[in-house]
Amino acid sequence: MSLLTISGSPHVQSNQTTKKIMWTVVIALLPALLVSIYFFGLDALLVTLTSVVFCVGFEWLIQKYILKVQPTIKDGSAVITGILLAFNLPSNVPLWIVAIGALVAIGVAKMSYGGLGKNPFNPALVGRVFLFISFPSKVAMSEWPLPKPLFGSSLTDTVTGPTPLLALKDGQAVDLWNMFIGFTGGSLGEISAITLIIGGLIMLFRKVISWHTPVSFIGTAGIFALILWLVNPSEFIHPLYQLLAGGLLLGAIFMATDMVTSPITYKGQLIFGFGCGVLTIIFRSFGPMPEGVSFAILIMNAVTPLIDKAFKPKAFGY
Amino acid sequence: MKTFNRGGVHPQENKLTNDSTIEVFPLPKQAVVFVSQHLGAPSTLIVQKGDKVKTGQLIAKAEQFICANTHSPYTGTITKIDVATDFTGYKKPAIYIDVEEDEWLEGIDSSTEIVREIKLDSNQIIEKIKEMGIVGLGGAAFPTHIKYMIPQGKKADYLIINAVECEPYLTSDYRIMNERAEECLIGVEILKKALNVEKALVGVESNKPDAIEHLTNTAKRFEGIEIIPLKTKYPQGAEKQLIYALTKREVPSGKLPIEVGCVVNNIGTAQAVYYAVQKNMPLIQNILTLTGKNVKQKKNLLVRVGTPIQSVIDYCGGLPEGTGKVISGGPMMGKAISELSAPTVKTTSAILLMSNKESSRKEVTNCLRCGKCVSVCPMGLEPIQIAQFAENRLWEEAEKTLAMDCIECGCCLFTCPAGRPLLDLVRISKNHIGEIRRQRAQK
Repeated sequence: MSLLTISGSPHVQSNQTTKKIMWTVVIALLPALLVSIYFFGLDALLVTLTSVVFCVGFEWLIQKYILKVQPTIKDGSAVITGILLAFNLPSNVPLWIVAIGALVAIGVAKMSYGGLGKNPFNPALVGRVFLFISFPSKVAMSEWPLPKPLFGSSLTDTVTGPTPLLALKDGQAVDLWNMFIGFTGGSLGEISAITLIIGGLIMLFRKVISWHTPVSFIGTAGIFALILWLVNPSEFIHPLYQLLAGGLLLGAIFMATDMVTSPITYKGQLIFGFGCGVLTIIFRSFGPMPEGVSFAILIMNAVTPLIDKAFKPKAFGY
Repeated sequence: MKTFNRGGVHPQENKLTNDSTIEVFPLPKQAVVFVSQHLGAPSTLIVQKGDKVKTGQLIAKAEQFICANTHSPYTGTITKIDVATDFTGYKKPAIYIDVEEDEWLEGIDSSTEIVREIKLDSNQIIEKIKEMGIVGLGGAAFPTHIKYMIPQGKKADYLIINAVECEPYLTSDYRIMNERAEECLIGVEILKKALNVEKALVGVESNKPDAIEHLTNTAKRFEGIEIIPLKTKYPQGAEKQLIYALTKREVPSGKLPIEVGCVVNNIGTAQAVYYAVQKNMPLIQNILTLTGKNVKQKKNLLVRVGTPIQSVIDYCGGLPEGTGKVISGGPMMGKAISELSAPTVKTTSAILLMSNKESSRKEVTNCLRCGKCVSVCPMGLEPIQIAQFAENRLWEEAEKTLAMDCIECGCCLFTCPAGRPLLDLVRISKNHIGEIRRQRAQK
């Protein structure tokens, strides 16, 4: 007779696994990646692949030779970090810079805390901000590569130009529809609003994220921007541009929702999104730089443990 | 549709034995009957080795407050009084009976004829329930009569009948609702009378539409019994969750349902009460679902208490190849059986045979802080926090994080994508907190 297993209940489990969650996020990122390749050409693919390969590679090396644990690269989390890091960079960034970003993201922001689930800050954002302050001329220029569709003629002769936010800050006009589909300057993953929203819906449908963080983030940013714009339309950017431009959607949908670094409860997630929204618009409107999403999310990452402590679920019978 | 107010999951229902009508399981040749089969103080044995007993004869008496009588489920000779191993591996006092031809004790009506008129008054009913050794058949085996002795200053508004059967695989309640609806509802009426309330609310999950329809039609012939369909969601049948679903009342932490004017019993218990009060029949048999994806003949059986579990499995085609776990009860809250030779008890409502693949746990990875355990917890707790305190042996922190409010429904462990042993850790916390509280009480 075979031996019977004895364990506590429950004796069944859902079929959701860490691996499935992570690969779902990867799939959700693909539409934005495809649009990016379409508009920026093979450069976009090259940057993304470099980033992914280095992120996964560093994770494997660190786990195997420094931490001496069984590598967990198959769980897909390093792939996500790689794609997200690439999505925050321009398509013409030198590849050695991408590799440095990957080392900081995985080595410093993730593995030094103990790996998946233990890191307080979003690794991709840490990597991105590190590059941003270390190599400003390479990753945060005033001139960004402009899209030149793979299957179509380039509209202009110039290959670089300002991102929409930069242009708007200078008072230039930007076409809203182009921003929506992605025909605009910017970092790899932030250009196409529609594909980011599709990715968000995929994750929502597969129950990988809940609506609370993105809706609160985007809603707060929109309302705050609207108030500023109503007060002084000549100085502040129209709220619709604020929402569609830059990394706001990318941040709200893919980075603020990172479960490891955001609050556990729905209530906490609403607060988290609110904080991200307010900080983003403050940084964008009053700061020296056109962008603010990365810093907003990282600051809220730091506040997450406090939010978790302050906003507990209401227990039954209390 | 009504349901409870937070959390919950929906595991695969797997009600494989929905259509199997109840079959009478043959009497075993030898049986082992535990002296005490309830939650509370042990019963006192009143028979000796060599005694001849009849079916339904009292063999162990309740002499303390929270205690229940035990009756002989068989006619035969007591060959031994000793300890026996129960299905979880504990040794408990038991009597061994050589079973002879079935002869019921005089005064017990073992026919199937329905007796509708209730002759006893409230106190007599409670006394009868006690005499017949009725315990809660929802799983806890709490002596039923105690629930109807309402403490001073409290008042019951509703009798709540749990006909939810939210556990996957289980169908014993479903079968009695379909086959014995009238008996069940007479039982409900008796309990209503015992409790002196106007209204009984019977909660049934919406995945049993025919049972709901059949009960609703039968209930038309009764007064004050309302059949209420509930959303199919686990753990709808947990006491506090069911009370909330039916009455919107929230039982305060650490308190009993009577605090919000409710008394809850299972539909199977109601049927047992019917037999006890109307037919003078003690609780010596129950419906047992033998099920599992690979079981050759899945069945709902009427089984006498004390039947060896192995013999029930053999009756249904034997242990399937690759069986990894045998469970008493459902897959969410049932207990893994370590002794197949152990006898059934009053509350053995299901034996579930699971393959190794189905019952083995998923790979454990680091916690992702996804918060799914928090969002599915029907008690509004934070399983991940309690688990982290437990991993660091911070029992007092776990207590402050309300570990003792956990009802052990298993939604957290079921859901966790990282496969963390959340409920196991909460259980360990509860043990330690219990010990700490006992020490505090001594000081």
